[in-house]
Amino acid sequence: MTTILSIRDLRKSYADGFEALKGVSLDIEEGEILALLGPNGAGKTTLISTICGITTPTSGTVSVGGHDIQSDYRAARRMIGLVPQEIALEPFEKVWNTVRLSRGLFGLGKDNARIEDILRKLSLLDKRKNPIKELSGGMKRRVLIAKALAHEPRVLFLDEPTAGVDVELRKDMWEIVAELKRDGVTIILTTHYIEEAEAIADRVGVIDKGELLLVQDKDTLMAQMGKKQIVVMLTEPIAKIPGGLASHNLTLNGAGDSLIYTYDTHADRTGITTLLNDVSQAGLVLRDVQTRQSSLEEIFVNLVSGEAA
Amino acid sequence: MNWTAIAAIYRFEMARFFRTLAQSFLSPVLSTSLYFVVFGTAIGSRIQEVEGVSYGAFIVPGLIMLSVVMLSISNASFGIYFPKFLGTIYELLSAPVNFIEIVIGYVGAAATKALFVGLVILATSTFFVDIRIEHPFAMAAFLILSCLSFSLLGFIIGIWASNFEQMSLVPQLVVTPLIFLGGTFYSISMLPPLWQTITLFNPVVYLISGFRWSFFGLADVPIALSLLAIIAFTGVCLAVIGWIFKTGWRLRS
Repeated sequence: MTTILSIRDLRKSYADGFEALKGVSLDIEEGEILALLGPNGAGKTTLISTICGITTPTSGTVSVGGHDIQSDYRAARRMIGLVPQEIALEPFEKVWNTVRLSRGLFGLGKDNARIEDILRKLSLLDKRKNPIKELSGGMKRRVLIAKALAHEPRVLFLDEPTAGVDVELRKDMWEIVAELKRDGVTIILTTHYIEEAEAIADRVGVIDKGELLLVQDKDTLMAQMGKKQIVVMLTEPIAKIPGGLASHNLTLNGAGDSLIYTYDTHADRTGITTLLNDVSQAGLVLRDVQTRQSSLEEIFVNLVSGEAA
Repeated sequence: MNWTAIAAIYRFEMARFFRTLAQSFLSPVLSTSLYFVVFGTAIGSRIQEVEGVSYGAFIVPGLIMLSVVMLSISNASFGIYFPKFLGTIYELLSAPVNFIEIVIGYVGAAATKALFVGLVILATSTFFVDIRIEHPFAMAAFLILSCLSFSLLGFIIGIWASNFEQMSLVPQLVVTPLIFLGGTFYSISMLPPLWQTITLFNPVVYLISGFRWSFFGLADVPIALSLLAIIAFTGVCLAVIGWIFKTGWRLRS
């Protein structure tokens, strides 16, 4: 694998003293899909904006395909496509013209066949003569992607591609990403949905408060994050866990009326059926059963404390 | 130089103009005709001639300048402000283009549109009065330089403005009064001596005077001074734009 994007100790402070990036270092391999997870205000967009040239870094270096984003910005930027988080398009302009503008801005000559190809892939070809204001929200997002692909970038940044998007469109978006990967495009996307990272990424980076907490292979991370809990609520409180349930590694809550079972959603057998059988065998009567999954915030807390330990 | 990018910006900006061609064409024709009806006929019937030129013809260079200056400013400021307002500026900032290329694309398109309207007004005025152009090259030079320099000014205003009110602030509060008081509809020699002196501090006087000289060979101020003034103004605008380029002011955080 070759490294296509290399970030070294990237820092960004604003005039008011706010540090949006506190020394981020990261290597991205050619052809991979990296998902950057993080809560709002974590620095995801600042990181992308800095790499793409919209924001000037305070210190540190970034190179794309060996080209420094500052000293060799033309070559670096030609390799990058950016799909911004907000839908920003000129409403009166036609789809075709705005995509052609994008291609021209990146210094590439007219190539109608290429633009047609991109629009076809994004199911926009029949809308090419429509003014953008006539398109639905989902279509507009596709236009943004078409614009970003117009100059045939090697690296594509998708900033929250599915924020505020309905389930169907989200699936569509994932399919588009998978197809781009097949074409050999390296993709970096930001999201705050774990499921999204899980569905499409090869690697996952977690960013919070301007720091990259970890970058890990998705499967490894999901195994860590995939913990879920079942809370079995009892009609009568008990003083201690009955002997017949010892093998399940349960914990009893303070009031003694709930048993908590932690399991791995990715394991072949979650052990839920056996547990519930054993609970009734032990003569306990259930009042209710709840499941709980750690929220992203909880996972962040775990990650931070895990790093510290 | 990324000429492809410059051409792309220019073409995109001109498309906006062609989309509303009827409007771009009809509105200057109409407003020029109105000026001729009001100023040429109503006032012209009282002021027969100014220094040997019929009043109707005398105001033509001023009328052209009035529209060209206002349109250059509004076209260029709108051209760069609109992407800022819509958020589409992200694409310009992340493209492999430098600021000079962006300026050439936007200012070039804005100046072209203003030039087109200037020529439409000139053509319209020939229906009302006899026009002679004694120095056609000087006329073209003044016209093109005015389109360019005020488009540069408009571009600066568009970068500076953070809302639509600010966009119209400079054109309405500064430029319009300077143009109306700059001898568009009268010769400075018609003013009392004190006002003649005060007027010389108005830069637009030099512009209109020089432009009028290229038509009729008569000027309020020496022609060399007019040329110097417009070149100096262009230089100042370029310097400000150079500074914006260096600092990324209001563009890059």
